[in-house]
Amino acid sequence: MIELEDAAYGYGTEPLLSEIGLRLAPGSFHFLTGPSGAGKTTFLRLCYADLLPTGGSVRLFEQEAKAMSRDDIAKARQRIGVVHQDCQFLDHLPVAENIALPLTVSGRKTGQEAANLEELIGWVGLRARADALPPELSGGERQRAALARAVIMDPDVILADEPTGNVDWEMSLRLLTLLVELNKMGKTVLIATHDLALIRAAKAQVSARVLRIGGGRIHLAGADL
Amino acid sequence: MNVVSRFLRFVQGDSQADRVVPPTGYSARLTVFTAGAMAFLAVFAMALSLAADRLADRWSDALARTSTIRISAPLAELEAQTWAVLTVLEQTSGVDSARALTDDEQRALLEPWFGPDLPVADLPIPRLVEVVETAEGYDAEGLRQRLAAEAPGAVLDDHTRWRRPLVEAANGLRLLGWVAIGLILASTAAMITLAAGSALAANQGVIKVLRLVGARDNYIARAFVRRFTLRALSGAMAGTIAGMIAVALLPRAGDEQAFLTGLGFSGLHWLWPLTVPVLAAVTAFWATRIAAFRTLGGLR
Repeated sequence: MIELEDAAYGYGTEPLLSEIGLRLAPGSFHFLTGPSGAGKTTFLRLCYADLLPTGGSVRLFEQEAKAMSRDDIAKARQRIGVVHQDCQFLDHLPVAENIALPLTVSGRKTGQEAANLEELIGWVGLRARADALPPELSGGERQRAALARAVIMDPDVILADEPTGNVDWEMSLRLLTLLVELNKMGKTVLIATHDLALIRAAKAQVSARVLRIGGGRIHLAGADL
Repeated sequence: MNVVSRFLRFVQGDSQADRVVPPTGYSARLTVFTAGAMAFLAVFAMALSLAADRLADRWSDALARTSTIRISAPLAELEAQTWAVLTVLEQTSGVDSARALTDDEQRALLEPWFGPDLPVADLPIPRLVEVVETAEGYDAEGLRQRLAAEAPGAVLDDHTRWRRPLVEAANGLRLLGWVAIGLILASTAAMITLAAGSALAANQGVIKVLRLVGARDNYIARAFVRRFTLRALSGAMAGTIAGMIAVALLPRAGDEQAFLTGLGFSGLHWLWPLTVPVLAAVTAFWATRIAAFRTLGGLR
């Protein structure tokens, strides 16, 4: 699905990431942890071709990212649901329309899709807030709306960047449960987080591979997790 | 058929897609105002061009078929020479009709310079004979030679000397009108490109979100292009209507058919200004589309 081979990326002359090799297999569950500034977000952005590697290769669904046109990338992103740390909504549209945005831009908003949207909004517990504007939502509600938007296209892969960064522990567990449920439905999940407690809580629910990022490289995390 | 259905789909739009780009007040007002003002000017340029066109036609057609014979002779011989000229003209092939201007008509011609009640009969003023040609025309050189023999004081003026520069001037004005319309369209395109660029720059956050959820560049560009095209169309329609009303309110042409009083549309020419909103919309469509793809190409 998503494969990185000897991939590197740097914002200046110094590489932030180098010799990154990873394959996200279908149905797998990964955590990516590491200190702030280690490159977790950069790694995720490489995974959905928001950044192109300065070295090595990144392949999305059998296609080399560097060789993909912008339309190819747009098509690939319809198969990748991304939950951002800062959520990124269109603030002038109600929550329901923001969640439906991937359907709208792909021209797939049919009657059946509208029914699925209702169900999805209920699944993330935002039925009562469907008509609210994003700035009116709490941190937890925003994260759940972002998760709903990430999965509405029934993507193969879900990438979440610090999805519990702005919410309390109870809400973190609720979001984690939703992501685990999605993984059990066959979705590949990668969560970037520095919250080790969340990773420990997840291990009780799902078989997850934990990766640690540091010194510009990715390692399999030790038994301390 | 495909083009027509695509056009209809474009006009009909997609209410969901239209909402993804937030309305931006400044660029919207700028586009509507620019399109309106430019359409107003375009209607005037069109009126100028069409009036010049009519004038050139009139001068080149009407004057080409008339000429004047001026008879300068002592008062005692003037009547005899006039008859001699009219006799020659009656026998000349290619002359449809000829008549000597009356004293009243000559007085009317001189009135703008000498005022009313000019004693024309007492003054040594040349007698004028108006000649109307047939479609085939006459042999000017042959007529000159016969006049020289029969009426030595007669001089044929076939208007060629002063008609040519007038027709050239009218043609120049016509060209100037169309060049002005071209410049107006180019200015409209430039202004809309700037407004669209500004709207795209102000909405980079929106573009980022749209790309994140898998929107193609064509979809993003279309959202902006449709909005700017419809704004330009509505502004240009208002400007065109205002321009047509202003042209209709201009003073009508008087007997003298002066150029400025003849500025306007006549008959089917009133349909021409209706092309202005269409041209404005097409210009806005391409200007925004080019600006949108250039901006999107620069954003990763």
